[in-house]
Amino acid sequence: MSPARPDNDGRPKVGVYVCHCGVNIAAKVDIADTVAFASQLPYVTAAKEYKFMCSDPGQDIIQKDLRDGLIDRAVVASCSPLMHEPTFRRAMTEGGGNPFLFQMANIREHVSWVTKDKEAGTDKARALIAAAVERVVLHQPLQKTSVPIHPDVLVVGGGIAGIHAALTIADAGKKVYLVEREPTIGGHMAKFDKTFPTLDCSACILTPKMSAVRSHPNITLWSYSEVIGLDGYVGNFKVQVTRKARYVDEEKCVGCLECIEACVYKKGKADDEFNLGLVKRKPVYVPFPQATPLVAVIDPKTCIEFKTHKCPKDCVEACEPKAIDFAQTDRTEEIDVGAVVLATGFKTFDARRISRYGYGKYPGVYTSLEVERLVNAAGPTGGEIVMKNGEKPKAVGIVHCVGSRDEKTNRYCSRVCCMYSLKLAHLVKERTNAEVYNFYIDMRTPGKGYEEFYDKLLHENVHFIRGRVAEVSDWTMTPEEEGKLIIRAEDTLIGVVRRIPVDMIILSVGLEAQPDADNVRRLFNISCSREGWFLERHPKLAPVSTFTDGIFIAGACQGPKDIPDSVAQAGAAAAEALALIDRGRVEMEPNTAYVTEELCSDCHTCSNICPYSAIVFNEETEKASVNGALCKGCGTCVATCPSGALQQNLFTDEQIFQEIKGVVSYV
Amino acid sequence: MSSIENGKQIFEPRIVAFFCNWCTYTAADLAGTARMSYAPNVRVVRIMCSGRLDPQFILSALREGADGVLIGGCHPGDCHYQEGNYKALRRFTLLKRFLSSMGIEDGRIRLEWIAASEGDKVQRVINEMTETVRALGPLHLEAMSIERIEDMIPSELKAETVAASGGHHE
Repeated sequence: MSPARPDNDGRPKVGVYVCHCGVNIAAKVDIADTVAFASQLPYVTAAKEYKFMCSDPGQDIIQKDLRDGLIDRAVVASCSPLMHEPTFRRAMTEGGGNPFLFQMANIREHVSWVTKDKEAGTDKARALIAAAVERVVLHQPLQKTSVPIHPDVLVVGGGIAGIHAALTIADAGKKVYLVEREPTIGGHMAKFDKTFPTLDCSACILTPKMSAVRSHPNITLWSYSEVIGLDGYVGNFKVQVTRKARYVDEEKCVGCLECIEACVYKKGKADDEFNLGLVKRKPVYVPFPQATPLVAVIDPKTCIEFKTHKCPKDCVEACEPKAIDFAQTDRTEEIDVGAVVLATGFKTFDARRISRYGYGKYPGVYTSLEVERLVNAAGPTGGEIVMKNGEKPKAVGIVHCVGSRDEKTNRYCSRVCCMYSLKLAHLVKERTNAEVYNFYIDMRTPGKGYEEFYDKLLHENVHFIRGRVAEVSDWTMTPEEEGKLIIRAEDTLIGVVRRIPVDMIILSVGLEAQPDADNVRRLFNISCSREGWFLERHPKLAPVSTFTDGIFIAGACQGPKDIPDSVAQAGAAAAEALALIDRGRVEMEPNTAYVTEELCSDCHTCSNICPYSAIVFNEETEKASVNGALCKGCGTCVATCPSGALQQNLFTDEQIFQEIKGVVSYV
Repeated sequence: MSSIENGKQIFEPRIVAFFCNWCTYTAADLAGTARMSYAPNVRVVRIMCSGRLDPQFILSALREGADGVLIGGCHPGDCHYQEGNYKALRRFTLLKRFLSSMGIEDGRIRLEWIAASEGDKVQRVINEMTETVRALGPLHLEAMSIERIEDMIPSELKAETVAASGGHHE
């Protein structure tokens, strides 16, 4: 412990608090040594250690020293400031100090967790502590400013996560914009027949929520629309949304679907996207009968009127409310919101990428999502499992982990495939009584009632073969095998390679990030994980927040997730968004730039470089000034100013110079 | 600094890193969370954006005794503040040219784009940079005094310079 020097001759009094973080730090940093080192640094009047500085007793140590006048500013050497800076700033405030007379030295993420040698770790910790002390001496007390928050919320993506988030926020009395790029909300869940493990009807639980969205007075539903621009900051976002032309007036259309009946094409012409191309649809269509909003769309790529302008336009004739409008164009709307929930979902793995499974080559090979449509009572076959050749399969192989747990495609587990494969096995068995073979690597069924569902399937005469399928081919060996598909796989439990002839193969495709996830994350200024999933602020403590305040994430856009988890996360994101906007005002980090007028030479270099137009010049005084409400604290202008007139709070040149000196000079 | 390996003294360079808060600093945190161990020679100074990087910070680090400087920012197009990383790239390019004319080797300063998810890149870049700077040896700024630079000028050129400047060069 350092000898206390409470008076310190009127100079800054720095307290240094080194955290053990249990053994997380203590294992690779000699705590007693760093405390002794810190105690002899200039301005240090207290140097102490504690097992867990972030705990209440840990914070109490700082607060007591503040109240006793032993210190007036503090350095906590512990984890990353991105983790606990807010915690300790709050502790400073509660102890009667200024929250900004504080600096963290990151000796966990940047030292103990990445350094093998304890001596080297201790050296590095000393350097970081010295730098923090050198810097905090120059800190000035700052005040946070606050700005009002716009109370409306934008939800992007109308799958089950977006729907649930929108309804939760709307039920709390806030206005919500729900933007969905497809003509209908519902997402992937609308395509399913049954949900695991309860086997309740997907439509029966989803469509009431869809119509609740449609009729909710607080929800503005914009389907067939995309967010194209976002400006502003937490509490005050300006969002541009393109509303794509559907050539049917949403206000007038009553959803009678007479136009579809009347279309000059008597049969479908284009691949029906909702049914994954298993059937054709007409140029004027609704994705499915329960689509929300139930408003027809005209596809200009296949509509003959757009191609020739000579169509008799029977649809226009048939439309009583005169909703069809071939002159409609895309239009962009601008809205103001305080918070955003991103629920943009996932896409399924493209099975063509693993050519040895024969998807796209053999008509009997289906993806699981296609089979979801086949077993769906509202699907193209009315729920009958019939193949493209019109026959019912007598033997079906279900190949797990297609595009998951695979070095060549995706290394991660997609989490839902084991369970939906079991569900499909059950449904196929129930409806066709076919022999069903599951080829799995490991059965992964964690979740409420999931393992029980697996147990149930084990007693339903479904075969389980543990082994990854090597290939699917049509190389038959006997006349009975003629016309069948042959699955070759090693049964690793009995150690033999098996050939199993089947009529139908279901590829349990994994989940992937949306192909445009990278553009979306740039638009919303957030990060993606390596696999393209949106990155949460903290995997455990802030799972629906992002590094951009006011932007929250929910559902499978954050990572593979089943329906219960997506809904739970959507509820969490809605609660976070509500907690934010209900505060009414948001406190801004005071790390903004400011001008020392005497030094400003009116050169305008800074105002040209500022991406937020936050710097203005006073024509009379010929001096720059920073609009604190617009400045986001990047500091680019500060680095640019040739005369040193600009500085950034919490990151002044002097503070950074001292920090540099600190990391280099002491050790 | 030096350490002892197999009975031999090996040079331990001191490297100062400037990491932007949103991408590279976060990536370094991720490297920690994932327990990716790497060379202990780099000390990170956090700045909000690589656009905050004043070339003087690099010079100051070298003057204070660093043997190398590493700068980490968001990938092009990913800057949290739209385009601060482009500003950093411009300044870096100019400064690098200036430093190399001062006789400071290229390998001593390095700029890398490291996204928040690229903890492994932090590990790789820090290890590579440490090895590069270790191979270059300590940076002896004092040895780069004006006399040494004059020594580098060929004598016939020096005569011309002296003549052109009127015979003295205070």
